Amino acid sequence: MLYFSKLRILFITLFSVLFILIASSNLFKFDDNFFDKKINLGLDLQGGSYLLLEIDNEPVIEQKLQNLTTTIRNYFKEKNIKINNIKIDNQHIFFNVTDNDKETVLDVFQDENSDLNPYYPRFKSHQLEIKDTGLNLKVNFSRQGLIKLKNSSQDQAIEIVRRRVDEVGTNEPNILKRGNNRILVELPGLDDPMRVKSLLGKTANLTFRFVTNDENDRFGVEKLKFENGLEEATVSKRIIISGENLLDAQPKMDTQANQTIVSFTLDRVGAKRFGKATSTGIGKQLAIVLDGKIISAPVVRDTIASGSGQISGGFTFQTATDLALLLRSGALPAPLEIIEERTVGPDLGQDSINAGMIALAIGFMLVIIFMFVKYKIFGLITNVTLIVNLFILLGVLTLFEATLTLPGIAGIILTVGMAVDANVLIFERIKEELKNETNNILAFDGGYTKSRTAILDANITTLLAAIILFFMGSGPVKGFAVTLGVGIFTTLFSVYFIARLFTSIYVSRNKNKEKLI
Amino acid sequence: MIAFNKYYNHFNLLSSVLIVVSLLLLIFKGLNFGIDFKGGTLIELRASDSKINVSSLRDRFNQMDLGDVSVKKFGNDTDFLVKFENKDNKKNIIEEIKANLDKSFGNNYDFRRVENVGPKVSAELLKSGVIAISLSLALMLIYIWIRFEWQFSLGAILALFHDVIVTLGVFSLFSLEINLSIIAAVLTIVGYSMNDTVVIFDRVRENLRKYSDIKIFELTNISINETLSRTIITSATTLLALLAIYFFGGEILKGFSLAMILGVVFGTYSSIYIANTVLVRLRVSQKTVLREDDQNKLN
Repeated sequence: MLYFSKLRILFITLFSVLFILIASSNLFKFDDNFFDKKINLGLDLQGGSYLLLEIDNEPVIEQKLQNLTTTIRNYFKEKNIKINNIKIDNQHIFFNVTDNDKETVLDVFQDENSDLNPYYPRFKSHQLEIKDTGLNLKVNFSRQGLIKLKNSSQDQAIEIVRRRVDEVGTNEPNILKRGNNRILVELPGLDDPMRVKSLLGKTANLTFRFVTNDENDRFGVEKLKFENGLEEATVSKRIIISGENLLDAQPKMDTQANQTIVSFTLDRVGAKRFGKATSTGIGKQLAIVLDGKIISAPVVRDTIASGSGQISGGFTFQTATDLALLLRSGALPAPLEIIEERTVGPDLGQDSINAGMIALAIGFMLVIIFMFVKYKIFGLITNVTLIVNLFILLGVLTLFEATLTLPGIAGIILTVGMAVDANVLIFERIKEELKNETNNILAFDGGYTKSRTAILDANITTLLAAIILFFMGSGPVKGFAVTLGVGIFTTLFSVYFIARLFTSIYVSRNKNKEKLI
Repeated sequence: MIAFNKYYNHFNLLSSVLIVVSLLLLIFKGLNFGIDFKGGTLIELRASDSKINVSSLRDRFNQMDLGDVSVKKFGNDTDFLVKFENKDNKKNIIEEIKANLDKSFGNNYDFRRVENVGPKVSAELLKSGVIAISLSLALMLIYIWIRFEWQFSLGAILALFHDVIVTLGVFSLFSLEINLSIIAAVLTIVGYSMNDTVVIFDRVRENLRKYSDIKIFELTNISINETLSRTIITSATTLLALLAIYFFGGEILKGFSLAMILGVVFGTYSSIYIANTVLVRLRVSQKTVLREDDQNKLN
């Protein structure tokens, strides 16, 4: 088909111009919202931190099982069934009941509408599994139960992570769930990744508990170390107030003692409890425990009924600021571990952009010169197509606000190198057709039709590779898959519409030329 | 016309040797996995003081008890790449290193890039890398199986395995680092090699239909020659683009572009000398394609 209708030419032109305009919006600022789009630079190009956090759910499971033992005990007490030897071992609850009661207990757990063991009506699977081992009864979380538990602790954790990151004030952080126990944090252009890392690494579980020497404390006691790691104190397990009771926390300068402190305000419940505890506990030491370590253990001198107080503990202004931030944003449901970190400084990012652009410019020039030398007028057509193709590719990336990474730039350069393939296949075919065909127009037509399967094959194979990369690859590599994949489509468009338009114009003007290519 | 078919046997022998040597290298020498797949910590450091060099950095890092530390120049004279295992996956390792380096070098250096991959993540990345490559090979297999007769599929797949194995063999021989971007390169090689083979095969099949009296030995040679200028031009422009990345794209893309360059060279070679020779050895004839055509008609 040599003939291009006016409408088609108009469409091709408009389409190309549109994408060139969109692509150029990366350089200029447009008032119009539609054009005011930019390609996002990946962290490897603009600098920043990529952190993959994993939630350690074991303490959560332990805690839930601990609570469950009480629930089970109370539940059956009402039914006059006595639960004996209840204990937790390796994420299982074990207990004994008399043989007469066994059936009843098993029935309660396995009842589809059990109020002790929920989820069945919704998920067709209970929260807990129970098994009669012969020696005792064994209760543990079912698969569904674990999934729900992990999802909920992930939901809580992501909220806390978001608050903490927001408090640090980085621009446009990206915080996403990964699986059901991971959180991905992307922080573009961060000056001090270490601070965020240390903030995210802390659970920030704050409790106020009395120091006691009474080994037979009703709630149990535990030995805890001080922050400095040297001293120890025995602390009651009874929690007076916890981080949940805090309304606000701020770093302050205590001018009297000339030290930095963290002052806090309690909610109504907390204030009441704190007032009561301080009135009965005058003279006792109140330990302020953060993540299992004692920050300080001041002696209670007076009843504090105002609902506000302060924590001192040899802070610098920075550590006080960070502690206040952690207390304000709340405790994580479970400890987080940074299992993958990739940080790129902004100057390396800029260097990578520069190197990528230079490589693109040189690669582009080399290909263009080569094509012109090899194909003359048809090389020129290919080159014009190549330039338009590059702009359309950038335009598409801009339109979808895709993320450009360093391997992504490599993908663009590679697209430039491979994009000539389709045109070459066509031109070589036209050349061959001309050997047996004197009619230039027929040869031109034959060249296009007969090369079609090869071109399709070639592009499908590359596209398959790009698709796999997109789904399997991470971060920067994904950027490569995107540019390579999008490049295939823009290349096909530019070859079959733009290059073909130019070629058809050239061929129809040189219908009778002896040597066409 | 170039008589490519004169050397079919020679190059088959060469390829067999290359594949065997590569496999031996891969089995006995193994690959030099980077921290992406082995776990560990990487620091790219830029110095502004000539006192900081490979040996002084190595001294400093060796004192820090980090396990196996490798210190290398990275690109120019002021940039260094430090890698270590970080076996215990210590939390504040970077802060500790910074404090330690500050003591010796003051403020005359800068961490340009820090990567820390835990053992769990590296194992997962390795697994997904292997899956990605296997999956792409499988997809290509399915694609080619749909498109061509089984003799062609076998040829294309053998060529594909050749390219991947020999490229990895070269990486093993020179202990070049295998990281995430190399996986991307290998996948692209798979696509490229397939592409190159399919174009020639397309022509072989077309010629098989056209000429009933030409033997496959001659026919492959004719097809290779007919598509030769396309093969050369596409390989050349792709290589030009890759060379630009290799020489000007910065240190980070060096391994990636090198793998791609090797892949394009092997891919071009294998489409001619492996894929086609399989057709010859399996005595593909006009019947092979016509039978399929008949079946298609029946369907």
